[in-house]
Amino acid sequence: MSNAVIEIRGLSKKYVIQHETQHNSLRDKAAESFRKLFKRQRGGEAKDAQSNEAFWALRDVSFDVHQGEAVGIIGRNGAGKSTLLKILSQIVAPTTGEIKIHGRVASLLEVGTGFHAELSGRENIYLNGSILGMRRKEIDSKFDEIVDFAGVERFLDTPVKRYSSGMYVRLAFAVAAYLEPEILIVDEVLAVGDAEFQKKCLGKMREVSSNEGRTVLFVSHNMAAVDNLCTRGVVLNQGQVQLVGTKSEAITAYLATTSVHNFDLRHRQDRRGLGGIRILEIELRDTASGRSIDTMMSGQDIDVCFHYEATEEESSRQVIVSLQLRTNLDVPAVLHHNRLSGQAFGKLPRVGTFICRLRRLPLVPSTYRLTYSLDSERGCLDSIDNATDVVVTDGDFYGTGEVPPSSHATVLADGAWRVESREEITESSLLSLETRNATI
Amino acid sequence: MNTTVIKPSKGFVNIDFKEILHFRELLYTFAWRDIKVRYKQTVIGLLWAVIQPLATMLIYTIAFGKFAKMPSDGLPYPIFAFAGLLFWNLFSNAMMNASMSILGSEGIIKKIYFPRLIIPAAATVVSAIDFLISLGLFFGLMIYYQVTPTLFGILMLPVLMFVTLLAALGIGLFFSAVNVKYRDVKHALPFLSQFLMFATPVIYPSSIWGDYKWILQLNPMSGIIDFARQSLLGRGVMDAIDFTPLAVSLAVSLLLFIAGLIYFQQTERTFADII
Repeated sequence: MSNAVIEIRGLSKKYVIQHETQHNSLRDKAAESFRKLFKRQRGGEAKDAQSNEAFWALRDVSFDVHQGEAVGIIGRNGAGKSTLLKILSQIVAPTTGEIKIHGRVASLLEVGTGFHAELSGRENIYLNGSILGMRRKEIDSKFDEIVDFAGVERFLDTPVKRYSSGMYVRLAFAVAAYLEPEILIVDEVLAVGDAEFQKKCLGKMREVSSNEGRTVLFVSHNMAAVDNLCTRGVVLNQGQVQLVGTKSEAITAYLATTSVHNFDLRHRQDRRGLGGIRILEIELRDTASGRSIDTMMSGQDIDVCFHYEATEEESSRQVIVSLQLRTNLDVPAVLHHNRLSGQAFGKLPRVGTFICRLRRLPLVPSTYRLTYSLDSERGCLDSIDNATDVVVTDGDFYGTGEVPPSSHATVLADGAWRVESREEITESSLLSLETRNATI
Repeated sequence: MNTTVIKPSKGFVNIDFKEILHFRELLYTFAWRDIKVRYKQTVIGLLWAVIQPLATMLIYTIAFGKFAKMPSDGLPYPIFAFAGLLFWNLFSNAMMNASMSILGSEGIIKKIYFPRLIIPAAATVVSAIDFLISLGLFFGLMIYYQVTPTLFGILMLPVLMFVTLLAALGIGLFFSAVNVKYRDVKHALPFLSQFLMFATPVIYPSSIWGDYKWILQLNPMSGIIDFARQSLLGRGVMDAIDFTPLAVSLAVSLLLFIAGLIYFQQTERTFADII
């Protein structure tokens, strides 16, 4: 316990979500207060027009971080990771609980915080550096290294608004990389930049944590990065600590979270089609285990399940179910429907599930938009464009542990390489050439 | 090794002056940024800082000095008005800048920690720079109209500037915190500023309030402007310079500053949640 540099005890954070009424201006507030007053006078039976709902972003979180550890904080969207980081960074105050931090903290919830578009690269290094808590002298002494790391020497006196987005991010990260705190808190800042630069950043962070004995707290969705950088992991689930353990324990726990995560489409307003049959939910299942998942891995066998409900009359028609995945640049990547595979369903159950099995998912890690449509000879029955986003993460498509990044490919080809000698062929063709010449 | 304890916010006043001192460089940096950025991509650049007060003074001179024949304590009206505008603009700009500053730094506030007080404080520094430019202009004007400032008046300038900034920052702190939650501030502020200007002897001498002059004294700027005209230009009660208006202004400004600071400090930890 004595060498814990961060002690978190019983930390909770409550947000109050207001339904119906929002008081964004004093007038609303005044009107609302007046209404309440009036209601109270009438006996107070009328319900409050505004119903406040408490939402606990974090609930009774306790754990320790020791000197020199690199701890990965992982969890789904909404698990409370960012809230925890914001409290640790003193940006927001906790509702209850206490944190003790021993040492100088720097937190990077974003790269390039406070960058001003009109200022030059040089000026922004000073600006960002002091926002991050560096002294002017410190920045002076590291200036050349920062510029070198970012690779922007030629553009130092250009306003950053003229920078390419890559240059901008590199400069922003470079400033942060030369902070020298005892404790570094990092949010998913690595989700930017090209693959090479990401590698450089990871390398720099690893250097910080392993060689210099500093403590790193790292929040990410990218399990490869967590695996690469961290020694321990904390899994958050719905605001509570699910597990504190080694990084592999944590990653396993995170990936195996059994919470069913169906994509509910019941209330979607952007449906097209004649109706009679409706997709209510989309569910992704891992074929091997049959378990519901919410992120797929490259190379995984996936069952895409469309839970539907049909009217008696519609269920007797022939239906073509199609599924399309588009990249976030809206490029169609995959299309599949049951006519392609020569399958007809015949009479459908009134309530059922269309299941499309995708074997060895041939997509690079990225986010894709799923569009589906149900068609019959009558025309389109039900369809939602971009019904949901699906996330594909790093997986072992090739059995080598490596897949290309989304900047270099969209689909994964099941290819194989070999080399053949052409020495013989060349010799024989030369020979035939000679004999031909001879005959002439 | 220093230890930081993060706990739910409670308590009444708990200002960590040591921490503010630690972050003073950031204050300079913010002020430097705002000054630097201000006239980017403009053709005449810094000249705007000269043109603006000069043009305002000309408008008031024509409207009130020439047409309305406003009394001016026996001074050339342009000098009289400029002395008022000098301090009024310092107050008004500092108050407005500070009030809008927190909202304008939303991106930083949501991502990084530092004492939030730095932001409105830096915003007032920028107005002080404008004040110094205007002051240079004012001396030029005095040479033109052959008005000799008193030495005592010149020596008092930093004091007057300090009291003005104190009042402006006090009000600015309060409004900047309110503005986080209620955007009404943005709409009310220009109106409030204009209203206050007419409740301040900027373009008229305070003597025209007659018996009701005491009401005017509650406004800290009226004392400052009166005192500035008296001490610098040697007008008004000539024989003995009356320190009462200045003392009252200082007291009111201090009160405003403390009230603003307390309100700001009470709410600053919720800024990132509701901004």
